[in-house]
Amino acid sequence: MYDTQYSEKAVGSAQDIKIATKDVNVRYGANHAIKDVSVDIQDKTVTAFIGPSGCGKSTFLRCLNRMNDTIDVCRVTGEIRIDGEDIYDKRVDPVQLRAKVGMVFQKPNPFPKSIYDNVAYGPKIHGLSRNKADLDDIVERALRRGAIWDEVKDRLDAPGTGLSGGQQQRLCIARAVATEPEVLLMDEPCSALDPIATGQVEELIDELRREYSVVIVTHSMQQAARVSQKTAFFHLGDMVEFDDTDEIFTNPKDKRTESYITGRIG
Amino acid sequence: MPLFWLIGIVALMAAAGYVLGRGRAVSGVDGDRRRLHSLPSYYGMNVTLKVAVPALTLMIVWLIAQPIFVEMRVTGMIDGAAISDSRNADLVMSDVRRLAFGLDRAIDQGVLTSSEAAQLQVDPGAIRSTLGQAGVALGSEVTEQVLRAAQQYRLLATRGAWAMSVAVLLLAGGGFLLAMRQTDAEFRARNVVERAVHLILISAACIAILTTLGIVLSLVFNTVEFFRIYPASEFFLSTTWRPSFGGGSQLGILPLIWGTLYISLIALIVAVPIGLFAAIYLAEYASKEVRGIAKPALEILAGIPTIVYGLFALLTVGPLLMRIFGDGGLGWMQASTAVMTAGLVMGIMLIPFVSSLSDDVINAVPQSMRDGSYGLGATQSETIRQVILPAALPGIVGAVLLAASRAIGETMIVVLGAGAAARISGNPFESMTTVTAKIVSQLTGDADFGSPEALVAFALGMTLFVLTLGLNVFALYIVRTYREQYE
Repeated sequence: MYDTQYSEKAVGSAQDIKIATKDVNVRYGANHAIKDVSVDIQDKTVTAFIGPSGCGKSTFLRCLNRMNDTIDVCRVTGEIRIDGEDIYDKRVDPVQLRAKVGMVFQKPNPFPKSIYDNVAYGPKIHGLSRNKADLDDIVERALRRGAIWDEVKDRLDAPGTGLSGGQQQRLCIARAVATEPEVLLMDEPCSALDPIATGQVEELIDELRREYSVVIVTHSMQQAARVSQKTAFFHLGDMVEFDDTDEIFTNPKDKRTESYITGRIG
Repeated sequence: MPLFWLIGIVALMAAAGYVLGRGRAVSGVDGDRRRLHSLPSYYGMNVTLKVAVPALTLMIVWLIAQPIFVEMRVTGMIDGAAISDSRNADLVMSDVRRLAFGLDRAIDQGVLTSSEAAQLQVDPGAIRSTLGQAGVALGSEVTEQVLRAAQQYRLLATRGAWAMSVAVLLLAGGGFLLAMRQTDAEFRARNVVERAVHLILISAACIAILTTLGIVLSLVFNTVEFFRIYPASEFFLSTTWRPSFGGGSQLGILPLIWGTLYISLIALIVAVPIGLFAAIYLAEYASKEVRGIAKPALEILAGIPTIVYGLFALLTVGPLLMRIFGDGGLGWMQASTAVMTAGLVMGIMLIPFVSSLSDDVINAVPQSMRDGSYGLGATQSETIRQVILPAALPGIVGAVLLAASRAIGETMIVVLGAGAAARISGNPFESMTTVTAKIVSQLTGDADFGSPEALVAFALGMTLFVLTLGLNVFALYIVRTYREQYE
């Protein structure tokens, strides 16, 4: 753990740096998707990645828990450190890493299992519970943190796929927090939801900030403004600007950022 | 007029109708095709369809109906006397047909003139020798009645053929005239052709369905016939299968069902794990290049004719098993044809079925399921075991059931690999036989079609049909019921 040597690069705050990235490049075959991106993500903060479609924000997000490993042609270079540890080091097990860096996807993707089994999936494969009662506790705690406990506590055996879209997404968030991650990555978690469900999930994200470092990719600038404290603007594979959210939206330094948030590109 | 010429003439009329109809449409608007409702070729096609379709339909219906009609008329001529002496009407009628056919042959070859044939008198020796010259051997003596019936048969058949030719040509001509009169700039030929295409497609579907229905009905009627002369309780409950063509057969289906299920079970024990694991490898682990080669290679297995698998069982697998389990080895196996031989080879045959269908099903599991699982820190095999397989399970079960119904209906491998002994035994190294193999042996013998020994084939076929149909319906039900689970 070499936290200190990176903390001095923190953007305008004394808070801990959770994820430090430096000169990250991603190539899909011949396509250069991410160009020299360096961002430091703070602990217990919501960081939003915004930018037009195809700008590389999702790709960059997927680098943070090595989900890109599952794509054959994808190559990642550069340095990504979580708590000072290089996650692309050969000794790092991507499977362990993903337990520590949870992920929530664009489309709610509950497994075709019961609600209980959906949440218990992670704890089970990582052996987090001592016995059944312990597992029950973990599931309940996760569902409470996912702000969905009250809605499903009477039907934990019902299939997770039978819930409404917003409930499914909160179930997926509960599933992700059940493995006790330190970082939560969210890839456009509200793009498949209606405004009410979106509101509930956004509220939840704000709650989660107390315990986790949250990174959220979003298309909606209003959403970024509502839920995040830090915002990074991506454009055509470059990270154009990274600053406090208020600063980005009220006083953007870069022309491209200004054009995007005022709706002229994107 | 020979059928070939009739079809040829109708085809020519249809082709000419295309050219003429198209020409008439174009000349009707002075060559300005923009004023036509439809493209000129539609007018041509309209004429073609109206010439060919009704005429050829009539011809087919006539060809099917005429023999039935003639048969009915001629059968009426034969009274009880000819039938009574232990010969049933069917046999007499087959004599009549054979004699009529013999007379036709004789006329063709110039041994008789047609008027001679019509006037032929009953002179048994003479008729047999005359027809002998034409190469038609008659089995029994020709009686007065049979000769008269045969002559009537010929007369009706000849008249019918002429009447058909005339009717078909008239209908074709009528269609031609009608279509030509319709052809003008306002006529909606395009819509007519569209409707005709619709009807042709519907009739093709109907033919397929009706044929299936016909097969089922023939099975049902013959099965009912069988149960009239052989007790159903014996058939379904007896454990002895001992057909004897002299009568007094014991026809219990149980040993055959046992053999069928035993061999199918061994086949599935071989095919399901190998096929499923191959499918998982291909769908989840294999790189694109490997998959591109391995999948077609596996599917080649499905293209091998089953008789080749049978040879493989007989010549390779049987002797190989014999060397291990036979007298030289463990001593469990008496002959190279055994349940195990047939089961193993059948299992190999089923591998591509299971793997190909399972592969499709596994590929249909959305990528988001895999992402979700990997995102929670699951390994690849944990993901497959706990997320992908449960999601794909209904489809996999369906694939296995379809493979099972293939195994139950399989014949050639069993005939060559499993032996012919009908017995109920638990030893997989003994030879046993299946329902399908026994159907073959019952019908390739010389049994009279009215005897229980031959009719039992239909009852066996019906049982098999019900069994596989049940399995297929069950498989489809499972696949459908659980399909949308991850939608």
